[in-house]
Amino acid sequence: MNEISKIQPKEAFEWGLRESHGFDKGVIHEIQRAAETGIYRIRGFGAKREVPTFDDLVFLGASISRYALEGYRERCDTSVTLGTRYAKKPIELAIPVTIAGMSFGSLSANAKEALGRGASQMGTSTTTGDGGMTPEEREHSTQLVYQYLPSRYGMNPDDLRKADAIEIVVGQGAKPGGGGMLLGQKITERVGQMRTLPVGIDQRSACRHPDWTGPDDLAIKIRELREITSWEKPIYIKCGAARPYYDTMLAVKAGADVVVIDGMQGGTAATQDVFIEHVGLPTLAAVRMAVEALDELNMRGKVQLIVSGGIRSGADVAKAMAMGADAVAIGTAALIAIGDNDPKWEKEYREIGSGAGYWEDYQAGNDPAGISTQDPELSSRLDPALAGRKLANYLSVLTLEAQTLARANGKSDLRNLEPEDMAAMTVEAAAMAGVPLAGTSWIPGVDTAAR
Amino acid sequence: MNAHSNIAVIDLDDTDLTAANQSLQSKNGTEQNAHMRVVNPRGSHALAVGIDAPVDIEIDGNTGYFCAGMNKAARITVKGNAGQAVAENMMSGEVRVTGDASQAAGATAHGGLLVIEGNAGSRCGISLKGADIVVGGDIGHMSCFMAQAGRVVVLGDAGDALGDSLYETRIYVRGKVKSLGADCVEKEMRDEHRGELAELLQTAGFGDADPKEFRRYGSARNLYNFNIDNVGAY
Repeated sequence: MNEISKIQPKEAFEWGLRESHGFDKGVIHEIQRAAETGIYRIRGFGAKREVPTFDDLVFLGASISRYALEGYRERCDTSVTLGTRYAKKPIELAIPVTIAGMSFGSLSANAKEALGRGASQMGTSTTTGDGGMTPEEREHSTQLVYQYLPSRYGMNPDDLRKADAIEIVVGQGAKPGGGGMLLGQKITERVGQMRTLPVGIDQRSACRHPDWTGPDDLAIKIRELREITSWEKPIYIKCGAARPYYDTMLAVKAGADVVVIDGMQGGTAATQDVFIEHVGLPTLAAVRMAVEALDELNMRGKVQLIVSGGIRSGADVAKAMAMGADAVAIGTAALIAIGDNDPKWEKEYREIGSGAGYWEDYQAGNDPAGISTQDPELSSRLDPALAGRKLANYLSVLTLEAQTLARANGKSDLRNLEPEDMAAMTVEAAAMAGVPLAGTSWIPGVDTAAR
Repeated sequence: MNAHSNIAVIDLDDTDLTAANQSLQSKNGTEQNAHMRVVNPRGSHALAVGIDAPVDIEIDGNTGYFCAGMNKAARITVKGNAGQAVAENMMSGEVRVTGDASQAAGATAHGGLLVIEGNAGSRCGISLKGADIVVGGDIGHMSCFMAQAGRVVVLGDAGDALGDSLYETRIYVRGKVKSLGADCVEKEMRDEHRGELAELLQTAGFGDADPKEFRRYGSARNLYNFNIDNVGAY
């Protein structure tokens, strides 16, 4: 493998060396890697390129016309109910931050347990993934969303009925149009058995559902799942941010209780780097498009919207909700909270050619933190109780931060945040989020004069 | 619901789908047997889904999508044709269609037996995970795509790209195979294969068919682990 040049910027300047903008060191390295191996790069994590994000929005705060609420004294509600449209038993969450779908197989059983413990401590839900439901996960999750994926690995009516909600996965933000991938090193006996696959093969699961295509079929599929589960469970439809306006419209038309839109920053356990970086819309744009569809159908509040993809802080939570989301989901951030990229494994990260803060090879199965692995020795490094506590702490911080911002804008409930509480820092963000550029009343593409 | 000689009759002309399914599911979670008959299905979708008891259900007429979906233990007979994805994700039991079945018949089914006395459309047995499927007539293109486990028996012909990206499902075809999909190859019929085939044919009610007339197809297992030299296969 080629090494990237170690020449420092100062030396390059002194020696009069000039790096190309188009063919920078990273690009040159990738061409060399491709030429040497003949295969595209597969990795985990999400898009690493710079895209417009919630950081490009600011809240306005209170003023003469908007009174703030006392930070420590006045209530700011955080609860949310999902699945009120058709489900007999909607999901009640104490906080509007849920844990996104991640499979047992891509993650260790201890990691899945930790996610369940952390989410349950905070009164929120966690989600299965492309590998079925494990007993550990069900036991440690008070609210568990069961994913219904194209591969249908481990799918069965008993687990379907044990779930608190069902999420039909059309796509995910990291790879809208791509199926699951789990390389041989992670297909152990237990994982292989749960997925009915031979041990050690490279699993490339289906990208399309095997028994339905298109919105009309989807409506019938939803009906089938409701008939099997006595109309009790909320049914979510999760889409990668491909065409969020149309996908939201079609999901609502097909009978979804909840729509989940996952932006391009959303993570994955294993996908081609080219897919992660070049397919899908940024979360910022996707939220607005989904909300527009709900508004147009007069379905805001009737069909709930969950937004995911690159949520990191309470500011992201508050901004997503101000734009119209009912809740958010976190994946990458949750893994970091339970110990992913922890500097305490720095030496070992270096031994496998990475470093704390850079680790992205979730597909490799040799995760020093014991999270994205099936290796028993590595997995045993993760204490599910302690890791669960850390996730609960992090979820708590996200909630407190979001409440802080809501109170500053005079809101006694996170759900009362609105686009009018924000301004955009860049023209791009103003256009994508539909929020005026700071210091103007200008939203590119919107005739604000006519308002 | 009317009782006729211990057979409960559900008439979909005067019962809505959910009420009908609730009646059909009424023994769920028990080992109790019951005999039920559904009349006037008129192509209803999602009929007789989620049954989890060893009951006998007879459906007089054609059904729509996902009939007998996720079946466990029940013996369900469709006296007519079945729409898309009949017995999808079946776990156990037996589903029989006396006519033809549309595409994706038996999709992802984990166990049990699906018998289609007529023809099955495209993608029959797609992502099959352990069930057995026996088709009296022909099956359409892309059948057994990514099929993982279980057995598929076809007394007629198979369409294009049979068994594409196959894992461990064994396929037996008596007639012509238009073409094989990526990584699917013809394999030797040994005694053990003729034995299991004879048993499957017998169980499915095709005991007259001679196992010697069938050919066996399975995975070459060349695509199990990614190898750049196989890139042309994708």
